[in-house]
Amino acid sequence: MSLKGAAYIAGAWEHPTRKAPDKSIALLHAECAKGALEDAGLTKDDVDGYFCAGDAPGGLGPLSMVDYMNLKCRHVDSTDVGGSSYQVAVGHAMEAIAAGRCNVALITLSGRPRSEGQATGTAPRPGNPAAPEMQFEYPYGPATANLYGMCAARHMYEYGTTSEQLAWIKVAASHHAQYNPNAMLRDVVTVEDVVNSPMVSTPLHRLDCCVISDGGGALILTKPEIAKSLKRPLVKVIGVGESPKHQAGGDIDLTYTAARWSGPPAWAMAGIKPSDIKYASIYDSFTITVLMQLEDLGFCEKGQGGKFVADGNLISGVGKLPFNTDGGGLCSNHPANRGGITKIIEAVRQLRGEAHPSVQVPNCDLAIAHGTGGALGTRHCGSTVILERE
Amino acid sequence: MAYTARKIPFVGTPDTNPETKPFFQGADAGKLMVRRCTSCKKTHYYPRELCPFCFGACEWHEASGKAKIYTFSVMERANPPYAIGYVTLEEGPSVLTNFVDCDFKALKIGQDVKVTFVKTEDGGPSLPFFAPA
Ligand SMILES: [Zn+2]
Repeated sequence: MSLKGAAYIAGAWEHPTRKAPDKSIALLHAECAKGALEDAGLTKDDVDGYFCAGDAPGGLGPLSMVDYMNLKCRHVDSTDVGGSSYQVAVGHAMEAIAAGRCNVALITLSGRPRSEGQATGTAPRPGNPAAPEMQFEYPYGPATANLYGMCAARHMYEYGTTSEQLAWIKVAASHHAQYNPNAMLRDVVTVEDVVNSPMVSTPLHRLDCCVISDGGGALILTKPEIAKSLKRPLVKVIGVGESPKHQAGGDIDLTYTAARWSGPPAWAMAGIKPSDIKYASIYDSFTITVLMQLEDLGFCEKGQGGKFVADGNLISGVGKLPFNTDGGGLCSNHPANRGGITKIIEAVRQLRGEAHPSVQVPNCDLAIAHGTGGALGTRHCGSTVILERE
Repeated sequence: MAYTARKIPFVGTPDTNPETKPFFQGADAGKLMVRRCTSCKKTHYYPRELCPFCFGACEWHEASGKAKIYTFSVMERANPPYAIGYVTLEEGPSVLTNFVDCDFKALKIGQDVKVTFVKTEDGGPSLPFFAPA
């Protein structure tokens, strides 16, 4: 049985903060939950399924947060695959709803790396020494920026991709961010601005990197009967896919992402193809992340991503594939260093016709929201959600 | 951009995971030890007891130490900067490492490199690094 259409996104809310030194992470989760429930026209008592990931404080998955928010749940899931967890949660919530294990699923994300002063992208982070890879990786200084820099360098070597082509991705994001009053970086930038910004880790410059922000977001998924009883525009989940990619015992190929595997089941379930998509939310931890995922999702041939993103092709109203019209992680928000949920929220805004008028895609009826969590240079998960306005 | 030695951190000890202790013993003796499957004959990395291709039994072998650069990124924001990358060993698998004793600006994907060993800080084990061949 296909899960296509088994759930609708009835509520979506992004926290407006980008710096929250006076709020606990638990409170940020709860404020996002409240915002998404109000957006849906539901109440806390309606929630019977809760989904979170590693950003939820307290350990033991969802337990601290269901206690803090005093939720009465009959289904919980805390699958943690970094920034891609929230697309995965949409798929898992749809399965749970279809199986009758919950009727109203709440998904939350929150964090405040900015207030906590994390040098997120440039400092290697030691983990548990019992993690089997730790002693073979951490000594070499794997930081987020160089784990993506290595992918960019190999992509350039194999396909001739250039820094100027990558820069177009930031340029497009900045064109959109100028209309988002909550975005961290609202100045429109040029290709020259990006390639002349300081080098962080070759070949990625400062403006190839996403922002570090506090904040969060939440989603409400529910079954068709409940969604249709509410007053919001209907946003149906029509395709989901998830897949991890890793080092494969040393059989390494850094020129593609897990989107190569998470995309096909999502396209198949939805019964549509990339050229049908009117709006794309694409995970943008770095410019190279976007370029590789666009190729792997089938928006262009492998290796042609540089040509595809150049000359404003991702700018709403200008190019063929408007992307990240809120400014994305590159310019607006990357809460908890996990950008998956904001990708889904902007896709919902576009499908409802509630994006900023300057970036709203006309007749936007089909959208994709793709997430990546972990690091493209070692291990990551790709997760794809395809949505339809009904 | 010239190479400047940096302190190499290590997490845990060579005893943390008994499965990989011979790798660190080998490195301290100047040998790059890798695991090869007795069943499918493939060499993998990082080392595991069971073959990650077929779950067969593996044996330790000393690798030649010859490799080619698969990719790299020079972490210019760090002080001192360092060059992280993957090298593909003559035996097959690609290995995460750093490049030492070289001009970072002269590094090239596809370049021949050879293994060398560097002690980690605070009396930790030696680890394999790579330098132009
Ligand atoms: Zn084997």
